[in-house]
Amino acid sequence: MKRYLCAFALAVLLAGVCLTGCGKNGSSKGEVVVYNWGEYIDPDTLSMFEEETGIKVIYDEFETNETMYPKVEAGATVYDVICPSDYTIRKMIENDLLQEIDLDHIPNAKNIGAQYYKEAEGFDPGNRYAVPYCWGTVGILYNKTMVDEKVDSWEILWDPKYKDNILMQDSVRDAFMVALKTKGYSMNTLDLDELTEAKNYLLEQKPLVQAYVVDQVRDKMIGNEAAIGVIYSGEAIYTQRENPDLEYVIPKEGTNVWIDSWVIPKNAKNLENAEKFIDFMCRPDIALMNFEYITYSTPNDAARELIEDEEIKNSPIAFPDLSQYDHLETYTYLGQEGDELYNELWKEVKSE
Amino acid sequence: MFLIALFLYAPIITLIVLSFNSSKTRAKWGGFTTKWYVSLFKNDAIMSALFNTLLIALVASLVSTLIGTIACISIMNLRKKTRSLVMGVTNIPMLNAEIVTGISLMLLFISFNFRFGLGTILLSHITFCIPYVILSVMPRMAQLDPHTYEAALDLGAGPVYGYIKVVLPEIMPGITAGFLMAFTMSIDDFIITHFTKGAGVDTLSTKIYTEVKKGIKPEMYALSTIIFLTVLVLLLLVNYKPADRKKPAGKEQSA
Amino acid sequence: MNKQKRYRKLLGTPYYLWSVFFIIIPLGMVFYYGLTNRNGSLTFENIAAITQPEHIKGLFLALGLSFLSTIICILLSYPLAMILSAMKVSTKSFVVFIFILPMWMNFLLRTMAWQTLLEKNGVINSILSFVGLPALKIINTPSAIVLGMVYNFLPFMVLPLYNCISKIDENVINAARDLGANSFKVFTKIILPLSVPGIISGITMVFIPALTTFVISKLLGGSKILLIGNVIEEEFTQASNWNLGSGLSIVLMIFIIISIIITNIFDKGGESNFL
Repeated sequence: MKRYLCAFALAVLLAGVCLTGCGKNGSSKGEVVVYNWGEYIDPDTLSMFEEETGIKVIYDEFETNETMYPKVEAGATVYDVICPSDYTIRKMIENDLLQEIDLDHIPNAKNIGAQYYKEAEGFDPGNRYAVPYCWGTVGILYNKTMVDEKVDSWEILWDPKYKDNILMQDSVRDAFMVALKTKGYSMNTLDLDELTEAKNYLLEQKPLVQAYVVDQVRDKMIGNEAAIGVIYSGEAIYTQRENPDLEYVIPKEGTNVWIDSWVIPKNAKNLENAEKFIDFMCRPDIALMNFEYITYSTPNDAARELIEDEEIKNSPIAFPDLSQYDHLETYTYLGQEGDELYNELWKEVKSE
Repeated sequence: MFLIALFLYAPIITLIVLSFNSSKTRAKWGGFTTKWYVSLFKNDAIMSALFNTLLIALVASLVSTLIGTIACISIMNLRKKTRSLVMGVTNIPMLNAEIVTGISLMLLFISFNFRFGLGTILLSHITFCIPYVILSVMPRMAQLDPHTYEAALDLGAGPVYGYIKVVLPEIMPGITAGFLMAFTMSIDDFIITHFTKGAGVDTLSTKIYTEVKKGIKPEMYALSTIIFLTVLVLLLLVNYKPADRKKPAGKEQSA
Repeated sequence: MNKQKRYRKLLGTPYYLWSVFFIIIPLGMVFYYGLTNRNGSLTFENIAAITQPEHIKGLFLALGLSFLSTIICILLSYPLAMILSAMKVSTKSFVVFIFILPMWMNFLLRTMAWQTLLEKNGVINSILSFVGLPALKIINTPSAIVLGMVYNFLPFMVLPLYNCISKIDENVINAARDLGANSFKVFTKIILPLSVPGIISGITMVFIPALTTFVISKLLGGSKILLIGNVIEEEFTQASNWNLGSGLSIVLMIFIIISIIITNIFDKGGESNFL
């Protein structure tokens, strides 16, 4: 009896070793390794891509640019397509982590509106490395039943009336953006005095904050857990659908306009598949599916034309007319020392 | 006693209740439903995470049981100084902070250019499982009467045959306990997997951790309810056999 | 015979190689990173960095909270273990079973569930407001973290304690009573000293995981409270400063070693399961 058990154990073991072995050598032709934000794609589009092309999608998710970067830099996992934000793309270009994208291989890239390419020149001069996927702003989401006054300024996040009812972003750039903008500074500043002031301002805010969160803002606001939260514009439509009491505003002091774009890292193993994947994502019907699923603004003009619901097609939240707002900026890469300075100050805020 | 039971089970009851909540977010109660139990089986991401978790736990506990048990034979025959050195090293993964173990393995894999994935998770799990096996097999090994084995040899048994026939049955309870402990540890591990996992490979723990931030999918509650009930039934079956308390005995060793 | 002994020693080779490659070398790498800077030259600044206010705060907070949790665990577990060991065998296995069962629910989910329970509009507060009591405000505070630690690690204290106490020979206790000891004396002079090994292994199994956790503080502390574990995790996953992260890990290991040494001083019998 025991002997059979041993034999069985050995058999399972061998099977296991085989399986892991296969896992290790699996990087042959038919796959593309995608690294994207969490909940940032309609999973059906992935299976459609697999069906149409026969390429297997290995899909991995990150929470913030800051958690994505070290993984790519370390090269422990080799990705083929990544979707970082503007300033991180700049950082990756400067640190020689990306390869140029040949737009001839991505015919659908023409569906992306010209103004978005122009916007992207800010971090990717000549549009050589990145194909825009989603864009938006950062703003305030508030609950109309809990907030009576007119909300149009970041300063409400410092109002003691809302103690324990405020949700702040747990990501260094967004948190500092809010403080710097409220003080009237650029959110890309490297001026130590301005940053120290912003840090102290954030420290002042800390007792009022219920929690520092990233994506949980969404759930907590829907569940009436907090009155005010800092959130990405793309979540606004989704949360309003779930809880009609919520309202999204872009504060008057200005905010961050961001573009998340597809890029191909230098060490990508499946270049051709990566191009096919990006091309697929730029196809109007696919871009539309993604827009409807994640509700983040799409730069894909052809897809926007396909939206049937006129209200959403012309929604000032999904497609705001940015010329109406002042003091809008896009994050720039601050350099290694700048990054370290921001991280250091943010740690001081969080550990207080 | 009752209060402590309540304390222990309150979160579990919450999870079970949530699995029947028809609203997608845990913040709202949207009425009773069993739809998540149906959609669970169509959710590829969760099912593959479950498969990975079980596969990793099974392979890791089997390999570590094998390596650990054989290592015990060798450790018993070492000189005292060498032995305590080996045992000292064996204790490291158990006593050290999981976060440090995870980080150290991550640094190793990166420096030696391992491709992160199922393989690296498996190697890490085996690493932290072996000590549990060794520590539950060693005491049994030490209690062995060497004369029985020698007698078997005198009676003409080969060394391997002698071990399988004489020693193995004696230390079997230790091996079983070690195996079960390794299996449990591997299934429940999050921290070490968090640092050693690669693209697209998720275990249940890491899957949940990503979902915690975006809002946990109700299917996950459904799955954990099923797992919980399965374990409940299994443990009840084991416990109500006359020769019972095998499971607690295994756990006691871990303690 | 000697030849056979050598042969048996060789059987351990896979494990010895394994532990060199997967235990010793990785630890060596932590030390390498911790003792060098980005350019690879030797420095102690990553270790000295622990004295920076935000790091030292994280360390002391972690020490304080995990110490508190350990104490609470002991206070809860001791009476429990005594009750358990006094029970009939059949009930006993059932009760032990009750403690093991929750551990099979994924610990992230269980901790997450506490968030649902403790939230402002959570289950507990709904019940409290229903019966007209004031709301409980502990989510995102250190108390919630302590609660999470106690909840997660309580079984690791109960089981070794129970194991130890139930092994105490009834006759010893009876003998003490016959010699005129009262219940208090029996407890302080017999049960307590004999259960020390259980307490020790319980402490090791509660204190160290609690000291180094980053998950519980993240889930129940709303990221407002940084423990040393969170600091280290963020150095690796966000700031990508591995040298600093490793340096702080070394400091953390020093504290683990200290706590093991301290517990071992109390464990005079040397019967601890671990060392």
